[in-house]
Amino acid sequence: MAEEVAMREVYGKTLVELGRENPDIVVLDADLSASTMTKYFAKEFPERFFDCGIAEQNMVTIAAGLASAGKIPFASTFAVFVPGRCFDQVRVSIAHSELNVKLVVTHGGLSVGEDGATHQAIEDLSLITSLPGFTVIVPGDGIETAQAVRTAASVQGPFYIRLPRLKTPIIYTDDYKFEIGKAVELRPGKDVTVIAIGIMVAAALEAAENLYKEGIDCRVVNMPTIKPIDEAAIARAAEETGAIVTAEEHLEHGGLASAVAQVAAKNHPAPMEFVAVKDTYAESGTPAELLKKYGLTADDIEQAVKKVLKRKK
Amino acid sequence: MPVSSDSSMRKALPVEELEKVAKKLRRHIIIMTGKAGSGHPGGSLSATDIVTTIYFNLLRHNPADPDWPDRDRFILSKGHAAPVLYAALAESGYFPLEELPTLRKLGSSLQGHADSNVTPGVEMTAGSLGQGLSFSVGVAIAGRLNSKDYRVYVLLGDGECDEGQVWEAAMAAAHFKVDNLTAIVDNNGLQIDGWNKDVMSLEPLNEKWKSFGWHVIEVDGHNINQLLDAFKEAEFVKGQPTVIIAHTVKGKGVSFMENNVDFHGKAPDAEQVELALKELE
Repeated sequence: MAEEVAMREVYGKTLVELGRENPDIVVLDADLSASTMTKYFAKEFPERFFDCGIAEQNMVTIAAGLASAGKIPFASTFAVFVPGRCFDQVRVSIAHSELNVKLVVTHGGLSVGEDGATHQAIEDLSLITSLPGFTVIVPGDGIETAQAVRTAASVQGPFYIRLPRLKTPIIYTDDYKFEIGKAVELRPGKDVTVIAIGIMVAAALEAAENLYKEGIDCRVVNMPTIKPIDEAAIARAAEETGAIVTAEEHLEHGGLASAVAQVAAKNHPAPMEFVAVKDTYAESGTPAELLKKYGLTADDIEQAVKKVLKRKK
Repeated sequence: MPVSSDSSMRKALPVEELEKVAKKLRRHIIIMTGKAGSGHPGGSLSATDIVTTIYFNLLRHNPADPDWPDRDRFILSKGHAAPVLYAALAESGYFPLEELPTLRKLGSSLQGHADSNVTPGVEMTAGSLGQGLSFSVGVAIAGRLNSKDYRVYVLLGDGECDEGQVWEAAMAAAHFKVDNLTAIVDNNGLQIDGWNKDVMSLEPLNEKWKSFGWHVIEVDGHNINQLLDAFKEAEFVKGQPTVIIAHTVKGKGVSFMENNVDFHGKAPDAEQVELALKELE
């Protein structure tokens, strides 16, 4: 069993390192610093930490103002509140001017669990990727999280980084090098490609292992950057394996499925299946129960692969 | 040009000169919106004396170097009053006066609502109301963190204060003790659907701001002496932000536009432009 780490824990620790390295790093939160893990930064750099209370619209717009005056603000809360609660502020005050604001949100997706539908962000990627100028990242493990956060700090422009609540298995080794807009082939394969993000990356690897035993050679690609998306990797998947399955903890509409399908349809059409939340809201339950009920398990990926292979020419 | 000396960057015109500049800005507003055939003259004219006082007496800025890090900031939160801002920027030398008639035309650097991407001197893209005060709090805090002594001025509409975010920001500015920030409410009493008191009651506005922890000053927003005194007073207030509630008249300076809500978002036609300019001679 691989070591498990909470990406938000890694985020919190990385922020502290960045704070030590760069005095321009400032952090904002909306009364959730103990959950987003910005609390570590708050403790070490109280003069550079701004708890804005339960006021997300105000928080992201203050962040925009800080960025316009040369600071590098990281603003954090749950994925369900940013961008959902403050979409217009993100659009007008941050995205339109491409200000150097880093929105790092936690508790993305269904695996939030028992808090229920109001707290399960399943449309955040759809909203944020619709905004010109944003770089949107969904890391696959703790190692990728640390690098994505560091990259966001050093690259000018607005970033959205979405992290889950739960601990997830470590996928990468320490020599991994994250690059914006670059997909990573985690497992070679020639029959079909599974493109996954976030907690679904580990599920995709598990599915590929099971499928291999059944004689299906499944490529697994992690697509940490949803925007700008790695068009070449999608073209290669379509060309070389002839079929694609996407897997994400998000609605089928507007997230990874849409982004990959759009690129494939334009450049190299191939049969596709989508492992994602169908057009519905979920409910309270344990993360495992919810992922099973709403079709986001390794088994669901396996079924989707078998289905898409039937359509492969 | 040296950009380090504070006072050299401040124009500080005397009151009688400011009154002349205000008239010039009003003429620009009429000509620009008339030529554009659309736009927001009413709320631009109500804010003209405020904007004039800020740009031509208070602001330490350098039109040749709009990004000068030590500059005072004027942030227009009521982004539909872009015409008065553009007029002030052009008269300050940020761009040629000849550009003003391109307002709202395809390819123009003068967008329908203030746009920081394309207009030199515009600090913030605004138009969706309620965001400028939060943004200004961020800019003001950055100044404090960077040990800069710049001041941040932000102009809000009274109707804009319907937006909940204004009060989120008001709470935060007081909580963070942001005292290098002066907000001005252009209290012209009208919003698109009519009088504020009929659409959405704001009163008691003074007490609202006070209860949020602000130092409140009320002035006649068309009396430049009163405005100057208020801005001076604000500079000496420490440990809390200051708001100037400026009582104004929508459409001020043009008789048929004054208190006439029709001119909130409607431009004067050719005949009205002529009449208005006659009144503003």
